[in-house]
Amino acid sequence: MTALDQHPADAKIKDADVKDGVDQETVDAVREIGTYKYGWNTDIEMEYAPKGLTPDIVRLISEKNEEPQWMTDWRLAAYERWLQKEEPDWAMVDYPEIDFQDQYYYARPKSMETKPKSLDEVDPKLLATYEKLGIPLKEQMILAGVEGAEDAPADGRKVAVDAVFDSVSVGTTFQKELQKAGVIFCSISEAIREHPELVKKYLGSVVPVSDNFYATLNSAVFSDGSFVYVPPGVRCPMELSTYFRINAENTGQFERTLIIADKGSYVSYLEGCTAPQRDTSQLHAAVVEIIIEEDAEVKYSTVQNWFPGDENGKGGIYNFVTKRADCRGDRAKVMWTQVETGSAVTWKYPSCILRGDDSQGEFYSIAITNNHQQADTGTKMVHLGKNTRSRIVSKGISAGFAQNTYRGLVSMHPKAMNSRNYTQCDSLLIGDKCGAHTVPYIEVKNNSSRVEHEATTSKVDDDQMFYCRQRGMDEEEAVALIVNGFAKEVLQALPMEFAMEAQQLVAISLEGSVG
Amino acid sequence: MALPQTKHDTTEARLATLSLPESGWSAPARRAALARVREMGLPAARDEYWKFTRPDTLTRPDVIEAAVFDSGEPPFFNEIDTLKVVFVDGVFDADASDDLSLEGVSIERLADVAGTDIHWAKDLYGTLETNGQDPVARPLAALNTAFATDGLLIHVTGKPSKPIQLTYSHADTRSDAILHHVVKVEAGAEVTILENGPAAARFNKCTEIDIADGAALHHVRAQGRDHERRAATHMFTRLGEKSTYKSFTLTVNGVMTRNEQVLELTGDEAIAHVAGACVGDGDFHHDDTVFITHDAVDCESRQVFKKVLKNGATGVFQGKILVKPGAQKTDGYQISQSLLLDGDSQFLAKPELEIYADDVACSHGSTSGAIDEEGLFYLRSRGVPERDATNLLTLAFLAEAVDEIEDQALADEIVSRLEGWLTRHG
Repeated sequence: MTALDQHPADAKIKDADVKDGVDQETVDAVREIGTYKYGWNTDIEMEYAPKGLTPDIVRLISEKNEEPQWMTDWRLAAYERWLQKEEPDWAMVDYPEIDFQDQYYYARPKSMETKPKSLDEVDPKLLATYEKLGIPLKEQMILAGVEGAEDAPADGRKVAVDAVFDSVSVGTTFQKELQKAGVIFCSISEAIREHPELVKKYLGSVVPVSDNFYATLNSAVFSDGSFVYVPPGVRCPMELSTYFRINAENTGQFERTLIIADKGSYVSYLEGCTAPQRDTSQLHAAVVEIIIEEDAEVKYSTVQNWFPGDENGKGGIYNFVTKRADCRGDRAKVMWTQVETGSAVTWKYPSCILRGDDSQGEFYSIAITNNHQQADTGTKMVHLGKNTRSRIVSKGISAGFAQNTYRGLVSMHPKAMNSRNYTQCDSLLIGDKCGAHTVPYIEVKNNSSRVEHEATTSKVDDDQMFYCRQRGMDEEEAVALIVNGFAKEVLQALPMEFAMEAQQLVAISLEGSVG
Repeated sequence: MALPQTKHDTTEARLATLSLPESGWSAPARRAALARVREMGLPAARDEYWKFTRPDTLTRPDVIEAAVFDSGEPPFFNEIDTLKVVFVDGVFDADASDDLSLEGVSIERLADVAGTDIHWAKDLYGTLETNGQDPVARPLAALNTAFATDGLLIHVTGKPSKPIQLTYSHADTRSDAILHHVVKVEAGAEVTILENGPAAARFNKCTEIDIADGAALHHVRAQGRDHERRAATHMFTRLGEKSTYKSFTLTVNGVMTRNEQVLELTGDEAIAHVAGACVGDGDFHHDDTVFITHDAVDCESRQVFKKVLKNGATGVFQGKILVKPGAQKTDGYQISQSLLLDGDSQFLAKPELEIYADDVACSHGSTSGAIDEEGLFYLRSRGVPERDATNLLTLAFLAEAVDEIEDQALADEIVSRLEGWLTRHG
């Protein structure tokens, strides 16, 4: 399938009789959003490792990344553990059995084998990919690996980008400027080579190798991802961003992100994901580990827009992600914000371990499922230190035939005196064929802590709908507006650039869900 | 699927101590129940549904000795005119019981009619329990259906003039009682059932309740104060159109209590309220597990559970509202709260919603915390001694659950029992 192939939904809309009184703009809008905007794929020559997972594949991945022996051993140990593990089945998601031997565990663009010297030498298809993704040209140059690109002038607000194309990081922008501040931002494969002492110390310290089935798999086969180290007292001068894209067919993407915020530092990190439209489902199992030392703060924002499958539930990404932040020092602070609109299946629980006294964890989430999507997502707040605080705001929106589950844990350990948790989970149902579920676990083991949990489930309010329609909005606009209002608390927690994109995504994801 | 070896062994070890009645109308249901137990296996510590409660003392072959406790208090519901049925360690006590005849209701003992081949209860015995096994297994209830030695078969056809009171006394320190009741409330009929007492050293009780269209059942239960008793109870209730079920349980002490309520709202406009207040001091583990299925339109369900815990007591709440596709206009409400009077006690909760219909209003809330310092300060500043002030605030905390009891005389009795506990344990 090429990038410009017509999506079946297009034809359907064209063929359908347009009702009287419906203007062309609406028809066009529906047509545009009936398709997944990032659903093209780039026809680039790829280099694959053979299908399937064996110790040799693990060794090959390690070799391709020019890793030292200790890393290879670490991966092999993870592989051995993975063989012992069983795939979890407790989440409220239902999908055909995954054949883990029918996947490519390593794929990379062939053109990356040697570094291009100027834009002219860069595979134009790769450049076109970044353009379509909306990454500025200067950053495209850097991502494409053009030497000296960093010295070219850049305008506007700076965001450093690390892009991962299938299994490999294709480039990180603004490295020099970050270096001046002492911030290390590079691909994890580079970090393993250049900063082994940091990687050795922190990798697997938050999400242990044998944490769960998917994390163990990731530990064995992760091929790339991002690495961030912010030294003590440094406020990272710009927002850091990673862009993940799955391109090749039948490739699993297993990225690994490691963020270390040393004492008193601050960093804001953005993550975005897209994938082409395909008939077969693709596997994605990432691990994100964040270490936050004393007085440091990390903001981690995700806009997850993997291909969700078509309107009949065909294809889409299986997204099994383990994300965890460890507030090791006193007064450490972490904030997870996620907008989950993509993926056929989402299995994701960004968690906070509040170990340091007075540390804080926050989790803001919007999960939108439409058509046949299934999402089982939430968070864990583990209060270990005194005076720790956590806040959970989760907004689930379910439409079509989708199933949307919030699953979370709030645990107050006996020594976590005077701690506080506030949890709010709201679900919105659009249509009578979808489902919204809430599965919170609450464990309180001391009496000086207060835990409050609230959850509601409702539908789009008829009065609000009537009001919007009466003001001349069409049904879909009205729903988008109401849903954006419903999710406002979370949208406000996002960095500016993401907030705008997320609002549009909310509207787009729900197209076709009413009427 | 074959059971894991340890689960298989635990189950077989327990089954070896019991014998299955061979004949009578209930025999097929009992054999089927035994097959269910073997298929599911008895609960084990690693089962998700037993995450917060250790089932071992409820499933082991032998009973842990439980001292008989004399509270010195007058019997429960003493001031109220009731039809009394007394079981001592699970054995019917004819002398202590009233005559079982009452207008508007027929009451029989399971042990008395077990030998006959035909009985109205045949359609219900084990049926509601079986329905309640999906989606979550409740093996102790199936064990009960298979091996119950006695129980009441209550057929309500009118509006009996007084409540039916089931008193469960405890006399033997090693008693292991299994009772199974079946209650059928015919269309338009109404009945109040009271239960009280510690029952036995270990008590497994299962009640199946079928409430027909427009009928109502009120249930108030006070579980006995014997500190060492252990109990696992199940109530399976099916509600017809415009029917009402209101249940309240008071639990005061007891080293292990697991109360499961499984409700199925199958008729439109049915109303189900389930409430509970529990107070525990020291070696106390109390688990309320509720599963409400909405399978009809315009139904209402309410769950109100309050727990006061001190000196290392543990309170558990697992509550679920399941709204099936098409169960529109459902109004589901659930609140679970705990008041921890000291730093050693704990509250573990899993309040769940599973919803497949869009035109619904469902909510749940769960909180846990210490006594409100501001409230305490206010009362102290008005000259109320600290202990009285704490008791007052504790009673106020429990009031929302007690308010679920409609009958004022019954509610008053529950409040006075709670006051007694607070005075003793303050």
